[in-house]
Amino acid sequence: MNKNSNTYTFIYASVMVILVAAALALTNGLLKEKHNKNSEIDKMTQILRSIKVEADKNNAENLFEQNIKSAYILNSAGQVVNKSPESAFSVEISKEVIKPLEERQLPVYEAQLEGKTLYILPVYGAGLWGPIWGYISLESDRNTIFAVSFSHSGETPGLGAEITTEPFQAPFSGKVLYKDGDFRSIAVLKSGQKSDSQDAVDAISGGTITSKGVEDMLLACLGAYKAFFEQVEAENKEE
Amino acid sequence: MSTSKKQILVDPLSKNNPVVVLMLGICSALAVTAQVKPALVMGISVTVVLAFSNVIISLLRNTIPNRIRIIVQLVVVAALVIIVEQVLKAFAYDVWGQLSVFIGLIITNCILMGRLEAFALGNTPFDSFLDGIGNGLGYTAILLIVAIVREFLGSGSLMGYAIIPSSFYEGGYMNNGLMILPPMALIVVGCIIWVHRSIDKDLQE
Repeated sequence: MNKNSNTYTFIYASVMVILVAAALALTNGLLKEKHNKNSEIDKMTQILRSIKVEADKNNAENLFEQNIKSAYILNSAGQVVNKSPESAFSVEISKEVIKPLEERQLPVYEAQLEGKTLYILPVYGAGLWGPIWGYISLESDRNTIFAVSFSHSGETPGLGAEITTEPFQAPFSGKVLYKDGDFRSIAVLKSGQKSDSQDAVDAISGGTITSKGVEDMLLACLGAYKAFFEQVEAENKEE
Repeated sequence: MSTSKKQILVDPLSKNNPVVVLMLGICSALAVTAQVKPALVMGISVTVVLAFSNVIISLLRNTIPNRIRIIVQLVVVAALVIIVEQVLKAFAYDVWGQLSVFIGLIITNCILMGRLEAFALGNTPFDSFLDGIGNGLGYTAILLIVAIVREFLGSGSLMGYAIIPSSFYEGGYMNNGLMILPPMALIVVGCIIWVHRSIDKDLQE
């Protein structure tokens, strides 16, 4: 057979492509369940980390069940639109943040930790190389940050990727979102700088764009929950 | 193992090292070497992909139409890389998260195409397998050396564990942030090449 003929080349390429496609589809099909499971567990671990509960892949599901008491979806007016924890868990934040504010689904997780109620809110934004995201837990006053956990997909190791580390995240605890009655979010500033109008944490030196990304992400994503934050004051007044 | 087979396996470790002698795969040596752990996983992944794509291309070598051989090689490499990525995602999720983009970039690693063109197309499957393992290990070795230097000087740790005691930092010692930036990887590779050539005089031009 002439290996250089067009027919041979054509058939060879076709058969090869079909075989490779089948092999890849098979691998994906076999591993799909494990992938989904892994990303669910990963998400649970991140949510738990935002309330300072360290979980690994073996106990994440148990700890999640113990600590997260309920989850629901809000609209931008702060009304509960969906009470099912499953649908709140499966909301993809990356798709929500690009919608207009009125149409967004805003998930909230409620955790009970040592008798305190904590609210966990997901955030999603852009770093230098790719997306960054995280979970912010608020005290029951819906203003003071209890703790945060950030993740990223491709920030520079040692620079932007430091947003996932304790030294960057710990200073968020105790910071407040509201100052003088207005929503101000949290600033991420170069060390030495100060902001009078809002609470601030130190940026990562060498990771300026990622740090800025965190600041923008907090402002944009937490801003969508304004109505939810302000419900507390309204509720207090009624009492 | 006969001497010639042994040579196929051992040569790429030093005398024919893909990174410091053949100058292939430099780009990934810059990208993943800021820390030891990603460098190690990257090295293992490249070794696996290289060994198996070598074997597959070597098995097919008498059937591949000459005009589309590069395309065939690319398809085989790409398929293997995707499988490796899927396996990592299923069984080593955290490492997968760390390497994400770079796994895909194994496809463009010049070592792969280089070895397929230069070796697998003209040798038996077993020899090709040894060649793949040898080159993969040679690549891994350089990656590890660069990563150890960069993580130690840049972050004061190895494999994520702090090595430099905190009392040093209190005494005024500072991590060298420059080591974490890609240009330093190039300079470290340059230093390795310098040392390597001054030991092995045959390589000097």
